[in-house]
Amino acid sequence: MSTATTTHGHEDHGPTGIRRWLTTTNHKDIGTMYLVFSLLMFFVGGAMAMVIRAELFQPGLQLVDPGFFNQMTTMHALVMIFGAVMPAFVGLANWMVPLMVGAPDMALPRLNNWSFWILPFAFTLLLSTLFLPGGAPAGGWTMYPPLVLQTGNAFPFLIFSVHLMGISSIMGAINIIVTIMNMRAPGMTLLKMPLFVWTWLITAYLLILVMPVLAGAVTMLLTDKYFGTSFFLAAGGGDPVMFQHIFWFFGHPEVYIMILPAFGIISEIIPTFSRKPLFGYSSMVYATASIAFLSFIVWAHHMFTVGMPLAGQLFFMFATMLIAVPTGVKVFNWVATMWKGAMTFETPMLFALAFVFLFTIGGFSGLMLAIVPADVQYHDSYFVVAHFHYVLVPGAVFAIMAGVYYWLPKWTGYMYDEKMGKLHFWISAISVNLTFFPMHFVGLAGMPRRIPDYATQFADFNMIASVGAFVFGVSQLLFAWNIYKCARGGKKATAQVWEGAQGLEWTVPSPAPHHTFDTPPVVK
Amino acid sequence: MSLIKIWEFGQMSIFFGTFRRASLALGLLLPGAAMADWELNMPKGVTGISAEVYDLHMLIFLVCVVIAVVVFGAMIYSIFAHRKSLGVQPAKFSHSTKAEIIWTIIPIGILVAMAVPAADTLIRMEDTRNSDLTVKVTGYQWKWHYDYIDEGFGFFSTLDRQSDLARQVGSGIDPSTVDNYLLEVDNPLVVPVGAKVRLLMTANDVIHSWWVPELGGKKDAIPGYVNEFWFQAEEPGIYRGQCAELCGRDHGFMPVVVRVVPEAEYADFIAANAPPKAEVVPASLSAPASEAVIAVPAAAPAPVEWSMDVAMGEGEGLYNAHCGACHQPNGQGLAAAGFPAIAGSAVATGDIAAHIDIGVHGRPGTAMAAFGPQLSDEELAAIITYQRNAWGNGTGDLVTPADIAAAR
Ligand code: HEC
Ligand SMILES: [Cu+2]
Repeated sequence: MSTATTTHGHEDHGPTGIRRWLTTTNHKDIGTMYLVFSLLMFFVGGAMAMVIRAELFQPGLQLVDPGFFNQMTTMHALVMIFGAVMPAFVGLANWMVPLMVGAPDMALPRLNNWSFWILPFAFTLLLSTLFLPGGAPAGGWTMYPPLVLQTGNAFPFLIFSVHLMGISSIMGAINIIVTIMNMRAPGMTLLKMPLFVWTWLITAYLLILVMPVLAGAVTMLLTDKYFGTSFFLAAGGGDPVMFQHIFWFFGHPEVYIMILPAFGIISEIIPTFSRKPLFGYSSMVYATASIAFLSFIVWAHHMFTVGMPLAGQLFFMFATMLIAVPTGVKVFNWVATMWKGAMTFETPMLFALAFVFLFTIGGFSGLMLAIVPADVQYHDSYFVVAHFHYVLVPGAVFAIMAGVYYWLPKWTGYMYDEKMGKLHFWISAISVNLTFFPMHFVGLAGMPRRIPDYATQFADFNMIASVGAFVFGVSQLLFAWNIYKCARGGKKATAQVWEGAQGLEWTVPSPAPHHTFDTPPVVK
Repeated sequence: MSLIKIWEFGQMSIFFGTFRRASLALGLLLPGAAMADWELNMPKGVTGISAEVYDLHMLIFLVCVVIAVVVFGAMIYSIFAHRKSLGVQPAKFSHSTKAEIIWTIIPIGILVAMAVPAADTLIRMEDTRNSDLTVKVTGYQWKWHYDYIDEGFGFFSTLDRQSDLARQVGSGIDPSTVDNYLLEVDNPLVVPVGAKVRLLMTANDVIHSWWVPELGGKKDAIPGYVNEFWFQAEEPGIYRGQCAELCGRDHGFMPVVVRVVPEAEYADFIAANAPPKAEVVPASLSAPASEAVIAVPAAAPAPVEWSMDVAMGEGEGLYNAHCGACHQPNGQGLAAAGFPAIAGSAVATGDIAAHIDIGVHGRPGTAMAAFGPQLSDEELAAIITYQRNAWGNGTGDLVTPADIAAAR
């Protein structure tokens, strides 16, 4: 059991080189591909963010045409959501769920291969629109009609790439559910599963429920544009607001799809580095389930200004405020886990702690946004941009980074460079606040989102935000470099890796051999 | 609400005050930063509702700050006190039903306390009854149209010329030299102070959103819908905002400007713009438009004889306001965005009827809208004449209002 090669030498008859990766059905290989793909997209989407922040560095249009600016905001969102954050979580699930529940692989390995390999096609299709005459989609990632119907040649590319991403997500989700339901080691009852597995189980159900809704919505857009239907066109008797209802019925659960697995990661890391069991395990599970349920009845809080009936506005306001309760429970439980522990502050823990602080700030602004009369001011302003970047960047993305640093030694068999990891953390944590905190101020003062140029009173905060964004962007190269270095070598990692780590994944050697748990472990 | 007041005059000013100084210090390090205005917070505004909204905003903000102090305080204490390097032994506890019940119940209580005043304000916001004045607001790509439906006139409101010149890519004009850069229009909405103004919002092409922070909020203007929004401004003044819903290429360039004026000035404005009614208009009201009153081209009858000079003169301004965003003031269009050049275009130098047709009816399925419903015969005739003769197109054709009327 010492090295990877001796444990599975008999397996090495399969294809090598690129064909190995094209045809692999191994959950670890596929997990790695998802994660590498996600990192690549993180830089592609990041480059677009740099264009946006460069144009917004000062008032006046210096660099790009407003139409191209809109393409950048639209593509940045699509690439980051569907290309970076979601695949990163699926990659982590691929790698870790079988290891955590003591399964030899995912339940449906060939489906797994396909779910991944659809993604490069989806994004080639989407990114190729940048080179089409008329450019990429520019109607916002929310694709509201009638505006999105003005998209030129890029339109069908947009629709079909969204379909492909949806198919990939649904297949990935089915696989995760089947794996968790059927392949747990003997003794691993549902309420013994690590929280990362729990949050992913619930996330996977959300995905299966809402991705088809998105597919339906974009298909209606397609027929409105090319086949003479009028689902969303007022002139033909359709209703543009109906699209928003359908879209956000997908879109709101989608934001939880991007945060529940993050909750899971944080719930693994904080106990490890506090050397103390997770506080309130079962209330964590119930809180996750309630958040998932509530996510289906709050969608219209994205549309408080469309002119809904009063009763509807009240309902969606109250339901939205309720989400603060289970979310609060989670934060309190994390703090209680740390309380009276014996903490150390390695890079994963630093990212996890920053997550708790900064995600909570995003949660506060979320609570503010739920108050309808105030939302009528905040809506579609930079305040909203600040809010969702707080939950997505120092929220979801920091959790992913925490998870990567946490499990990297298990994947590669080497320790990453701790000094560089800490440096990456501190630069990121400071610059992310420099970037997004001032956006609260300009939003409150009246700056709308999605504009390429702004009135001069917003100049100073925008300049600060741009400087922060450039620093944040560049510092991510440290992350990539650290991962690369760690994959190539370094200090050997033990099987346990972290002193306080608990769970089946730490019982297999580092690096985790190609095949693990061929005979299931027994969980007591 | 006394809580809010204490907050405002206490921590609030200290916190933001400190921040203001700190950020000013930071600003010194950034060359060229405009130092004057560091807006940090939601404006209190000039309507009863906007003040209520501001209070709600500050209340919920205060609640968040208090919770943050407690939670982050506990966390920071723990980070310093419960660390392995101090030689502590980790405790073993993993739950406490009592604590968990407490921290579920308390937030629920806070939320209920928040929800009540919020619902109260919301109910008042939605009450559009008993308005003194109704204006229909129509969003277009990328301008607003205001219809004083009771008075029978209306006009477009577009980004003002100074801003429009300065905002072109690489214009070389420093935005800080332009008054109210991007927040100025040619014709603002004019309403009387103290009146309950009801706006009926709709849109012609895509969804827009009419937002003036100082008037307490925004409402979407949606094709096929008529949304209602109201405000009652207590102080005369000029209030500025912008379109808030992404509406295409020039979404950032369709400001909203509202002039709230004393009753008498408003009467002058109406008199100067409303079409003559059957009754005799009192002499004082039909006095020539003062400086402050906006002349509205749409309502003005064509007084002079139609000629090349008149058409070209009017055509340039109208072209810049209605077509320039896409076809560009220099007529070169924007190939990258799919907006064709008019200079040298086959349509603009070819058959007149085809040219008039695309101006009046647009090209369905493209961004080229039908301008027939938006512009008068004179305006379209002037624009098309201008397009056919400017930038070296030089066809020498003079399109008349009658030509347009015939093509409708
Ligand atoms: C929202 C952007 C937009 C605005 C504003 C706009 N156009 Fe267009 N225009 C277009 C587009 C796009 C086309 C190309 C349509 C097509 O694909 O056939 C076009 C085409 C034209 C053409 C035909 C040019 C050619 O050579 O094919 C004329 C003439 C024209 N527009 C006139 C006008 C006039 C007159 C106005 C102002 C009253 C105007 N346009 C305002 C977008 C715009
Ligand atoms: Cu608009």
